[in-house]
Amino acid sequence: MKYEAVIGLEVHLHLNTKTKAFCGCSTEFGQQPNSQVCPVCLGFPGSLPVYNQAALDYAIKVALALNCQVQEYTKFDRKNYFYPDLPKNYQVSQYDLPLSLHGFLDIELGGKLKRIGITRVHMEEDAGKLIHQDGCSLVDFNRTGIPLLEIVSEPDISSPEEAYEYLSTLKSTVQYLEVSDCDMEKGSLRCDANISLRPSGAKTLGVKTELKNMNSFKGVKDALSYEIRRQSAILDSGERLVQDTRLWDARAQETIAMRTKEGAKDYRYFPEPDLPPFIIKEDKIAELKKTIPELPKEKMQRFIKDYGLTEYVAKILVASKQDAFFAEECLKKTADQNRKSLANWIIGPVSALTSSTCAIHELNIPAENLVELVDLVENEKIISNLTGKVVLEEMRKTGKTAKSIVKEKNLAQISDSGSLQSVIEEVMRENAKSVADFKAGKANALMFLVGQVMRKSSGKANPKIVQELMRERLESA
Amino acid sequence: MELYKLTAHELLEKIKKKEITSEQIVSDLTKRIEGIEAKVKAYVRVPSSTLLAPGAQANGIPVSIKDNICTDGYNTECCSKILQGFNPPYNASVINKIIASGNSFLGLKCNMDEFAFGSSTENSCFGPTHNPWDLECVPGGSSGGSAAAVASDEALWALGSDTGGSIRQPASFCGVVGLKPTYGRVSRFGLIAFASSLDQIGPLTKDVEDAALLMKIISGYDPQDSTSINAPVPDYTKALVNDVKGIKIGIPKEYFVQGLDPEVKEIIEEAINKLKALGAQFQEVSLPHSEYAVAVYYIIATAEASSNLARFDGVQYGLRAKTEGLMDMYKKTRAQGFGDEAKRRILLGTFALAHGYYDAYYLRALKVRTLIKQDFDHVFKDFDCIITPTSPTPAFKIGEKVDDPLKMYLSDIYTISVNLAGIPAISVPCGLTKKGLPVGLQILSKHLNEEMLLRLAHTYEQNTEWHKMKPKL
Repeated sequence: MKYEAVIGLEVHLHLNTKTKAFCGCSTEFGQQPNSQVCPVCLGFPGSLPVYNQAALDYAIKVALALNCQVQEYTKFDRKNYFYPDLPKNYQVSQYDLPLSLHGFLDIELGGKLKRIGITRVHMEEDAGKLIHQDGCSLVDFNRTGIPLLEIVSEPDISSPEEAYEYLSTLKSTVQYLEVSDCDMEKGSLRCDANISLRPSGAKTLGVKTELKNMNSFKGVKDALSYEIRRQSAILDSGERLVQDTRLWDARAQETIAMRTKEGAKDYRYFPEPDLPPFIIKEDKIAELKKTIPELPKEKMQRFIKDYGLTEYVAKILVASKQDAFFAEECLKKTADQNRKSLANWIIGPVSALTSSTCAIHELNIPAENLVELVDLVENEKIISNLTGKVVLEEMRKTGKTAKSIVKEKNLAQISDSGSLQSVIEEVMRENAKSVADFKAGKANALMFLVGQVMRKSSGKANPKIVQELMRERLESA
Repeated sequence: MELYKLTAHELLEKIKKKEITSEQIVSDLTKRIEGIEAKVKAYVRVPSSTLLAPGAQANGIPVSIKDNICTDGYNTECCSKILQGFNPPYNASVINKIIASGNSFLGLKCNMDEFAFGSSTENSCFGPTHNPWDLECVPGGSSGGSAAAVASDEALWALGSDTGGSIRQPASFCGVVGLKPTYGRVSRFGLIAFASSLDQIGPLTKDVEDAALLMKIISGYDPQDSTSINAPVPDYTKALVNDVKGIKIGIPKEYFVQGLDPEVKEIIEEAINKLKALGAQFQEVSLPHSEYAVAVYYIIATAEASSNLARFDGVQYGLRAKTEGLMDMYKKTRAQGFGDEAKRRILLGTFALAHGYYDAYYLRALKVRTLIKQDFDHVFKDFDCIITPTSPTPAFKIGEKVDDPLKMYLSDIYTISVNLAGIPAISVPCGLTKKGLPVGLQILSKHLNEEMLLRLAHTYEQNTEWHKMKPKL
């Protein structure tokens, strides 16, 4: 039978405030275990939480960027459960009156726009980290109390690809706000997924599975694809699915049922009495709204309109805010006819020089230098595409301009037919057999002879011109 | 000298006049504690040696502190086995304020019901405190150690905490002054929470003037406590005016019904007559939702307590039972560490919050709490104060109610509504029963109107002799 997938995602996002949600401890990643703790985040008796105003502002910004309705009256609740990474044995979270509701995020896949509903965005605190080694368990409380947002989507996602696209769009939107690193490897973005299948076109929902432990967007996609195959097979065999929670094993590329305790979990939510409810005033929302920059979707549309780029290229260019800023700086300085090529240079050769620790805007290549390089290649045809890439790398290493590198290294192409002619004569003399082959009808011989000219000119000869001149010379001989 | 007999304001006056030094006070107090502590057992971990230890900070007047208020460098165990050995690396904000005011606390930690769960100080892992007026009787609770210490001159003044009457009821039982401030007036930072939306720290003192002085020291906004009120602190001593003419006082009819000991009723009526004679105007009022207060309180307070006490799990501090595995550690640590009353309240609170019961219990209790608050708002539109007995009975015998939690809970029937409404209240001594047990008069006022309480209590005190009476020990 043919099935359709119904997918909802639950994303947890660290807010990159300097200090934790309820105390003054640093939120810096990768420090010595338990070096960023205090009585408040350790939940010592008598300690009390005070909510970080910056975290509230950041949270409101995310909610607004996701088109949510920020609630005027919101409060914290306690979610009670025992776990050693949770020093108070309750998590400060939000239950029935979350920060914001009813948002959406537009994603674009295969040229089609789809609107994914966002149920709610609420504020909470992170737990610590358990490290299991040598038969014992250690707790690192550095992460305890880092401000967290929970972003819950509607079950509007219908494929693993859409899930991937939703996450990418969400990440780039949040990164534009500069309120989170969104780094899944560091755990500053985490994602759980709910998925169920139903016969195509059916209205009722199937039995759902909750997927956890995905460490990358690709992992989310792979886990969902696996789950569709697994659930389809079970349904096809006529068996019934059981509702469960499954962990993604990235190495084995499969999901494994998690041991679940008997009975439903009861978190005994109730209003956090240590934190009074918030009243979020209209003017505060208006003020924060003003600080929201142009978001990727709008920027992409503007790039297409203003610079004549294709949607494909524009989308790649706007994925990161800083890179988009760099790209736009270049585009502004480029002649109209060169813009498409310049954009291709950025998403191609320039992007190839980046790494996980060094983004495009961090390559240390000034916009005007890149514009000049592209001009040398595309417009003035001073250097070839291939040489252009070599020059680009040199520009990155030395910070010099394209022109000065071309001059220094004597890389300019020889396009002057006079100086090329003598080399052609020389090659023809030395390769009489190939000349004869060409005359006998072997077209390949031409390319061989052109190659010889290129070699003699140390690659600087303009290959197109060499080919034209060579053909002319052979045919007239 | 017997400086321990004096009030804090009298001692401060003498220090100011350079008649005495604070070292002399500490020395006298130490002798007093050594002399009678064995009978009263007001303190836990008596620091007799610490008191006079070389270099001990002894400025001003030492304040004795209930064992649920964190004191840096001194164990703070809430009189519970589960917090055995817990030595907080920080002071409660009130302790810092006491030190900043030039006073000290010298590690004098008072006995209490475990985690402030109780009305008799019998639920302490250190054993009960004895009422100085009758050593066979309880001192009330949960701040029974603080009240007994002040009553027996083992303390010059003390801090307690009040969640449902835990300052006022023992003050009443021990014949001292006890004030529960407006919720948010005094920082809760460093007070080990029982029920966060009800807890307040407050003074237990020998007279009203000392209560005003100590209130002035401990009150005020604390950025570390999100529930503390950001309002200026008045000079409470300026409220100590001997005049109640024209003050309108309501007498809630719901408080003078069955369950009120006839002797207590008589004493309260005498006190009311006294105030009438001094020019106060009385009128009967109604607080129609009073009958639900105890039920509402035991749902809200235990629900919050069940969550607040979840952190005592053996992971970071306090007792950890010798076990294998995580669940086993949780279960055995908590089974061994908590006393019966703590377990009872954790179970009650867990039940009240459980899925399927929340709406019927907790949510409903919150709604009734609002109604109780509105009752008071309504009365305070026309009245400056409300007067009631502090407790329906005088001190009862040790062991008398231990096996009957419901009877014990009713001991706080007149004090609980105040916490639910968040308003301030004071208990002042107003008489002795035939058996020689003190009775307290409770005065209530609206939010942040501690000055009215102090004025009325001071006037009553200035025109009676009850505060001068001391138990024979």
